[in-house]
Amino acid sequence: MIQLTVNGFEVQVPEGSTILEAAKAAEIKIPTLCKHPDLPPTAACGLCVVKVEGMPDLVRACSTPAQPGMQVETHDPEIVNVRRTLLELILSAHPNECLTCGRHGACELQELAKDFGIREEHFPSLRRELPRDDSTGCITLDPRKCIKCGRCLEMCQEQQDVWALSFMERGLNTRIAPAGDISLAESPCVHCGQCSAHCPVGAILEFDQTEAVWEALRDPTRHCVAQIAPSVRVSLGEAFGYEPGANLAGQLYHALRRMGFDTVFDTNFGADVTIMEEASELAERIRSAPEKLPLITTCCPSWVDFMEKFHADMIDHFSTCKSPHAILGTLTKTYYAEKEGIDPDSIFMVSIMPCTAKKYEITREASMYASGGQDVDISLTTRELTRMIRQTGIALENLNCLELPDSPLGEYSGAGVIFGVSGGVMESALRSAHYFLTGEDRAELEFEELRGLDGIKELTVNLGGHDLRVAVAHGLGHVEQVLERVRQAKLKGEPMPYDFIEVMACPGGCIGGGGQSWNVSNAVREQRAAGLLKEDRVQEVRTSYANPWIQQLYRDFLGEPLSEKARHLLHTRYQPRPEYLR
Amino acid sequence: MLSADTKPRRTSGVRADSGLLNALHALQAEHGYVPRQEAMALSRRLGVPLARIFEVLTFYSYFRLEEPGRITLSVCDGTSCHLQEGPVLLKAIQALLGIGAGEATPDGAYQLNVVRCLGCCSCSPVLMVDDKIYSQVDPADLPGILKKHPPTAPKEAN
Repeated sequence: MIQLTVNGFEVQVPEGSTILEAAKAAEIKIPTLCKHPDLPPTAACGLCVVKVEGMPDLVRACSTPAQPGMQVETHDPEIVNVRRTLLELILSAHPNECLTCGRHGACELQELAKDFGIREEHFPSLRRELPRDDSTGCITLDPRKCIKCGRCLEMCQEQQDVWALSFMERGLNTRIAPAGDISLAESPCVHCGQCSAHCPVGAILEFDQTEAVWEALRDPTRHCVAQIAPSVRVSLGEAFGYEPGANLAGQLYHALRRMGFDTVFDTNFGADVTIMEEASELAERIRSAPEKLPLITTCCPSWVDFMEKFHADMIDHFSTCKSPHAILGTLTKTYYAEKEGIDPDSIFMVSIMPCTAKKYEITREASMYASGGQDVDISLTTRELTRMIRQTGIALENLNCLELPDSPLGEYSGAGVIFGVSGGVMESALRSAHYFLTGEDRAELEFEELRGLDGIKELTVNLGGHDLRVAVAHGLGHVEQVLERVRQAKLKGEPMPYDFIEVMACPGGCIGGGGQSWNVSNAVREQRAAGLLKEDRVQEVRTSYANPWIQQLYRDFLGEPLSEKARHLLHTRYQPRPEYLR
Repeated sequence: MLSADTKPRRTSGVRADSGLLNALHALQAEHGYVPRQEAMALSRRLGVPLARIFEVLTFYSYFRLEEPGRITLSVCDGTSCHLQEGPVLLKAIQALLGIGAGEATPDGAYQLNVVRCLGCCSCSPVLMVDDKIYSQVDPADLPGILKKHPPTAPKEAN
């Protein structure tokens, strides 16, 4: 431990801490725009400058190590004045259009401008006109608003290993853009939206499709159906003052009905179906096609896009099973429409997802139209639903927390709930695969080793006499090591290091999705994950195959898992895709 | 912070030994600019992401991303030429060719660059066409000078 003083207060921090962390330990908040709790410091914005006794100049707290005996001053009038000038300089190059900005009210720059009471512009405008990029239909890039903090690049390049975004040119001309100013849709972007979740301002936002949903809700000839992903219920509340992890499933079903949705389903049911198919796939490969092991999960559309672009040699290992919301979309327009006698063409299916990439997924391949039309019409992010709820004037705290989703695609098992957290798909699949291999329930349902925020988690688990080696990776930057081990084993003709691999593109899985509420950090991820794991524990049914509504679906409509009908409706195909379109 | 315990990645930006800058210099020497397709091939060869290559390419003003015109007109804007009406000369050339500084004519015949300095301040204002120096150039001289450097045919694509 190191001892130092910050504004006269004695603080003890672990060795390797920065001055910023030391100040935090003393409950002193130093402003910063470029430093994000997820990311290493870039020292770009300069707002965190502090005085250190004996140093001739101001130093940046985010990137200066705390030293024993250091005397730090963080907020004297001179420092505050330097910060104000820096803020004014940033504002001189930032469009003055807060009222029409998608980040209004949740913008870190706006908040600081407010705190510093900036009322006038002292510097000549350095604002520039640069084109907006909506080409992906998932993410809106508005480089005019960029303050060049570099957070999005750190996520896109170093953490996610995608390298779609970069800083073009330098100095005042610096701008965020894909290599050589092509459009984002022509770049390697996999639509994960982590750039948007880490942008401090409105330069990168989710592509807003709320108006199209309102339009469908206004149309009396439309039968509007909504589904909510597991992780949305433990994140959306944050925008309304709830703690991260507060489970608002009931309030959300209620809110969606109040907004005018005719039917409200739950993606958790789709997750149960995914498990029925995927665990059957796993059991089938273990029994009769071991050369196609490891099986790799494909619920995450960013991961699918990433694989198709960078790891197409692994296509044979991908589970062909669609993701839970895609399955629920197909079943709504087939099974449910048939059962209720509703014209599938009149159904407008809206998915509420933690994810920007789901917007891409719903048209990515011909199998996304398995019902005859587009299975899911619109996919909204948590942040878009937040706005719609506000527009409706709904007070979440007054809604019924015991409200239930509609049958027959609403009742879910605990296995469906934990899909939203890294390791959850694997855990759910293992619960069911055990049953499919042995015909018996597994006593031990929880796999503690597969939980938590370590980038790669491994476990060997015995399922009906088979020692199954599994790996869970989340955050695309962690995938390479896992796949490389598989690739090397293949090259050398050695036994495969794994039988089953789960990958989620976003750190923490969907609870840390690119479309979730702002201000994510590992502490927030842990709280959201705890919210889902808690719901699993209190569920009466915790395995997908034991869910009576799943049993009814297979009995009345699909037949067996992996039946011809199931394969047609619930499975998809993959193809290698180029990294760059030009 | 997010866990970063699992290097190596698919790529890890520019490694010290990647030789990126030298390779980009070689490409520009060969083509007169760095064609996008060549940058992509280089990206695969060195294992350096294309995004990083373009960060480097656009950071240094030396590198060009567009094919330059075949005949290069360099107008000097060094101190001496600047004082001796160099900017007037530049404007006249821009008007004559219909292009701005750093651009090529649409037919690819001429490239207009502004440079400082050409080292012959006593002759200002100076215009250099490819490697031939013209001294004390008056805008009225321009058509005659261009006539001495007629457009050449584009190189055969190979």
